Amino acid sequence: MRDDERLPESRPPVLAADDTDATRLRLRGDWTLAHALAMGERLRQVPEGVTAVDAGDIGRLDSAGVLQLLRFARRHCIELDVFHFRDDHQPLVDAIEDVADDRPKKKREYGVSAALARLGFAVQDNWHEILALVGFLGENLLKFGRMLAQPRRFRLTSTVYHMEQVGLDAVPLVFLLSYLVGAVIAFLGANILRDFGAEIYVVELVNVAFLREFAVLLTAIILAGRTASAFTAQIGAMQAREEIDAIRTLGLDPIDLLVMPRIIALLVMLPLLTFIAMIAGILGGATVGAFNLDIPPQAWMARMDATIEVRHFLVGLSKAPIFALIIGLIGCLEGLQVEGTAQSVGERTTSSVVQSISLVIILDAIMALWFMNMDI
Amino acid sequence: MTDDDTIIRVRGLVNRFGEQLVHDGLDLDVRRGEILGVVGGSGTGKSVLMRSIIGLRVPDEGQIQVLGVDARSEDEDIRLVIERNIGVLFQDGALFSSLTVGENVQVPLKEHHPDVPDSLRYELSLLKVKLAGLPADAIEKLPSQLSGGMRKRAGLARALALDPPLLFLDEPTAGLDPIGAAAFDELILTLQRALGLTVFLVTHDLDTLYAICDRVAVLADKHVVINAPIEEVERCDHPWVREYFHGPRARAARPASMAALATGEQ
Repeated sequence: MRDDERLPESRPPVLAADDTDATRLRLRGDWTLAHALAMGERLRQVPEGVTAVDAGDIGRLDSAGVLQLLRFARRHCIELDVFHFRDDHQPLVDAIEDVADDRPKKKREYGVSAALARLGFAVQDNWHEILALVGFLGENLLKFGRMLAQPRRFRLTSTVYHMEQVGLDAVPLVFLLSYLVGAVIAFLGANILRDFGAEIYVVELVNVAFLREFAVLLTAIILAGRTASAFTAQIGAMQAREEIDAIRTLGLDPIDLLVMPRIIALLVMLPLLTFIAMIAGILGGATVGAFNLDIPPQAWMARMDATIEVRHFLVGLSKAPIFALIIGLIGCLEGLQVEGTAQSVGERTTSSVVQSISLVIILDAIMALWFMNMDI
Repeated sequence: MTDDDTIIRVRGLVNRFGEQLVHDGLDLDVRRGEILGVVGGSGTGKSVLMRSIIGLRVPDEGQIQVLGVDARSEDEDIRLVIERNIGVLFQDGALFSSLTVGENVQVPLKEHHPDVPDSLRYELSLLKVKLAGLPADAIEKLPSQLSGGMRKRAGLARALALDPPLLFLDEPTAGLDPIGAAAFDELILTLQRALGLTVFLVTHDLDTLYAICDRVAVLADKHVVINAPIEEVERCDHPWVREYFHGPRARAARPASMAALATGEQ
């Protein structure tokens, strides 16, 4: 039986030369982890030329103590035979001595070559991500076609559930943010247009901006942050717990079961949310107009009726399904690529938000150019 | 407070989940330096008992003393005594999946002994990994790169990080192949002798009971029905115990483990 571990007081390690033989060390006290620093210091002060170590008076000894003594022996090039341990400490010493020799090489590289290698791997990873996304798009189109041919594959309950999560629950947030952005644009525009005496053009500014660009862009960015991350985390957690594999072995298709309902829900809800965002943004602008710019709501409506063409509305709305597809695809794909660990779920979630927001903005810029050049 | 030989003392433990009573006045003693196997059918509360002793679950009634202190105390100093002196191996290792095996072992060292120098901490973690029977290069690996058996060994290395005198193992051989399970039994026995551990071992594995346990506690009918060396437990005439030790699987386990013991002693 080992010494009583329950005793709260512990005695610091003591090391002294023997009275009769100066090359003989005597160890007393506790040689445990709690005294790691003291042990190291005492042992470092020992002069060269030790021939024997009497450790028989050590009170408590643990693996940290044994390890320190082994290091000491290695430093002074003395064999472990010259150590004398208490009988009940001997098995611990033997067990540690048995495994304490070989150690792995540290194989971390630094410097230019490592930095170059990391850059190369990053480029390769990005290329693979793009390939995977295009492949995933193709797979989903195929599965969607198959679903049209075999309507029983359509999951109504799941789709409606996701429509509520993605669409209905996001309405307050989308409305509030669009309203505020609309108000801010009206303020900014009025400040500049006032110098030209053209404050009334605020109506066109807010209306065109929201119908063509801001409503759909704001909605898509909000959903990329809110929904893409949720999709990745949900599917990623299932992937990490091998639930996706279970789905496959049960003869079900994870694309049909998990991905399709989510993407269809987004395709339906994102245009609807965009419409709400348009109304909210215009309301925001009209509020500022009514209270700060002397443009009463009736005047705002009349001006809007006279100057705004329906094509602006259609241009804005036509982008919604494309953004919905991007957000849904990236969210689900990143979730399916999760590998086992909690950290992987986190990394993939971050990556899915970053990717979907970036892609939404890049595509929006490209489409704005295209529509402008086509005079639409 | 307690006589010196009892390291865990449970008296009158009551655990209930809603209407369902799991333990009803359960008593249990674990003696210092022994390997106690805790067995029982599914749902008899083996894991609940272990969680109550470790302090992960607050029991509804009863006293629990671990290492002579009250395990139900919420005093921080007392909790610290318990936390530093017990090691726990959860069923699947419960390793932190974002840290390497070495970093996993270093977590308790850093937390409880922040003044230990880095190099010594690294060497200690390496030592524990190798004591648990893993190759030295496993220290750099992530838990997801290890097999189930290796994950258990890595979990054991982390449980041993602070050299606790008291070790809790939750189904250590579940999910291992018979050869791996026998090797793990052997490892526990070796470590227990070398480090002077007391081991509280929840298991279903008859081979483990025969191969390494000094005593066996059987949970049934919300109590410990018997807590004795295995030869005595075999003779107990409680129906569940009879079924367990004299069923078809038990007959297969007995001669095999006797042989294993014999080779172990050589």
